[in-house]
Amino acid sequence: MRFGNGKFGIRALSAAALGLLCSLSILADRAQAEPKKEFNIAWTIYVGWMPWPYAADAGIVKKWADKYGITINVKQINDYVESINQYTAGSFDGVTATNMDGLTIPAAGGVDTTILIVGDFSNGNDGIVSKTAKTAAELKGQTINLVELSVSHYLLARALDSVGLAEKDVTIVNTSDADIVAAFKSPETSTVVTWNPLLAEVNAEPGSVPLFDSTKIPGEIIDTLMVNTEVLSDNPDFGKAIAGIWYETMSVLMDPGEKGKTARAAMGSMSGTDLAGFDAQLAATKLFSTPQEAVAFTESEDLVKTMDLVRTFSFDHGLLGDGAADKDVVGIAFPGERVLGSADNVKLRFDARYMRLAAEGSL
Amino acid sequence: MRRAINIVPGSGTRILLAFLPFLLIACLYVVASAERQAANPGDKLLPPIAQMATSVSRLASEPDRRSGNLTLWSDTAASLRRLAMGLGAAASIGLVLGLALGLLPMASAGLSPLVAVVSMIPPMAILPVLFIVFGLGELSKVVLIVIGITPFLVRDLAMTVAAIPREQMVKAQTLGASTWQIMLRVALPQTMPRLIEALRLSLGPAFLFLISAEAIAAESGLGYRIFLVRRYLAMDVILPYVAWITLLAYLFDWLLARIARRGFPWAYGQEAR
Repeated sequence: MRFGNGKFGIRALSAAALGLLCSLSILADRAQAEPKKEFNIAWTIYVGWMPWPYAADAGIVKKWADKYGITINVKQINDYVESINQYTAGSFDGVTATNMDGLTIPAAGGVDTTILIVGDFSNGNDGIVSKTAKTAAELKGQTINLVELSVSHYLLARALDSVGLAEKDVTIVNTSDADIVAAFKSPETSTVVTWNPLLAEVNAEPGSVPLFDSTKIPGEIIDTLMVNTEVLSDNPDFGKAIAGIWYETMSVLMDPGEKGKTARAAMGSMSGTDLAGFDAQLAATKLFSTPQEAVAFTESEDLVKTMDLVRTFSFDHGLLGDGAADKDVVGIAFPGERVLGSADNVKLRFDARYMRLAAEGSL
Repeated sequence: MRRAINIVPGSGTRILLAFLPFLLIACLYVVASAERQAANPGDKLLPPIAQMATSVSRLASEPDRRSGNLTLWSDTAASLRRLAMGLGAAASIGLVLGLALGLLPMASAGLSPLVAVVSMIPPMAILPVLFIVFGLGELSKVVLIVIGITPFLVRDLAMTVAAIPREQMVKAQTLGASTWQIMLRVALPQTMPRLIEALRLSLGPAFLFLISAEAIAAESGLGYRIFLVRRYLAMDVILPYVAWITLLAYLFDWLLARIARRGFPWAYGQEAR
């Protein structure tokens, strides 16, 4: 039998479609925020973030979480950008990320984010390596492979700036961090910008010359643990536990004796190297081993200047979103009520309160 | 008794049924997007349709701040050039090797096992090697596409040639045709429609290899843009780009189907109604 006019079918189908739509929209309606007991933190492999998996393995995470009656899960993500995207999408309450990525991904995406732990800054862990150029000025006209729009890109911009060149004087080829070492081995690749442990690999190539590294811009590439501001203000115990975990782990890591060596060897093996390799990366990192140092850094005037450079770079590269009229669109708050950019749209906050509690020993 | 298997939609119903799933997905998207926007007006994960439209028109009509190019068109041109070169090379190699392997027992004995083995190598797994051998420039991206789809084309065409009825070969020989003439006049015409069909089937993988190569190292291209803006979760660019790629692939598929039917109507005799 042929079904000509199709009225019956249309009606039934519309009803089915409507039903499906309703049920799916209910599914999409996420549960609203309430006091939480369980928190998830995402981390990726990088020297400054290896204390997190170590703390989880060594029971330090559980110890502090138990003290505040909560559960903290520390999860590894293979891909760095993916970990920040997952955090931005709401799958995690906290993530390990740099100051620049925190500004351009979650904060520019409207997710109010608090930098709870300022762990370290890159002091040689990011660098520019070339086979042909001997100085940064010789980069003019070169093709440079790097992860575009990352801290490597920022480092290059700062290097070019330091010798009076601009980005249009070079050709940038976006190259995945996973392939940067193989890329450098290719004869036609002359210059790469990358970070450790890849930087060490690239530097080990015969004929490579390190041109510029993050020691020339100290304090500008900052490695942090950032958390969702809303989650933090609803659950201050989460912040306290995090600060407690971090500085207890720091004291183990910095221990000059056997205890510290074992911990650093464990962190090294978790990041695919050994004690010597990890110590070498640590040497290129300015780790804030005590909360006092981290608080002083976070409260310093220099941090405001750094973030102004970072937001200027980010705006110039369209990282603050298409709606951004100027670099002020996303507000950045610092300790002591200081705000850079729009005070009505503060989405990134440097918060020294929890590190200060750790410094005062009142966690 | 009216059975479900006998209910055939009329032409109007057919069009409606075809549009319904698309409409449903669009509605679902709008609802989910509106909800996320209500929770966070800066949400980037599911941007509203209007925001995507703004992004697309900006990418298509405003010169890029750094390069001065119209982003969407320069990306499309770069990707299509790579795709055309890759598909062209793969089709040529595939046709030549397919004819040889299908027609010449000596060639088949010597090369078939190699082609069978090479076709099993996942191209993405040997990417670092490709980079070192072919560099990071245009060549390695084209080579990735070629390596990705040529073995499939070769095997498919060799089988097509081998399946040509033996009687045709015998007849051609009794009429005095040389191997070369048999290849050109008997095997080649019968292989061409199959080559186009195989290319149609390869479009998906070819795009996959193109996007993968561009994700790894590039300065322009559709895949390059997607992986670049992925860094800051700009779904308002990614989603329209995905739709654009889908549309392009669909158009190529349609175009190839037309070419095959125009060029080799005899091969589609059974389709005529």
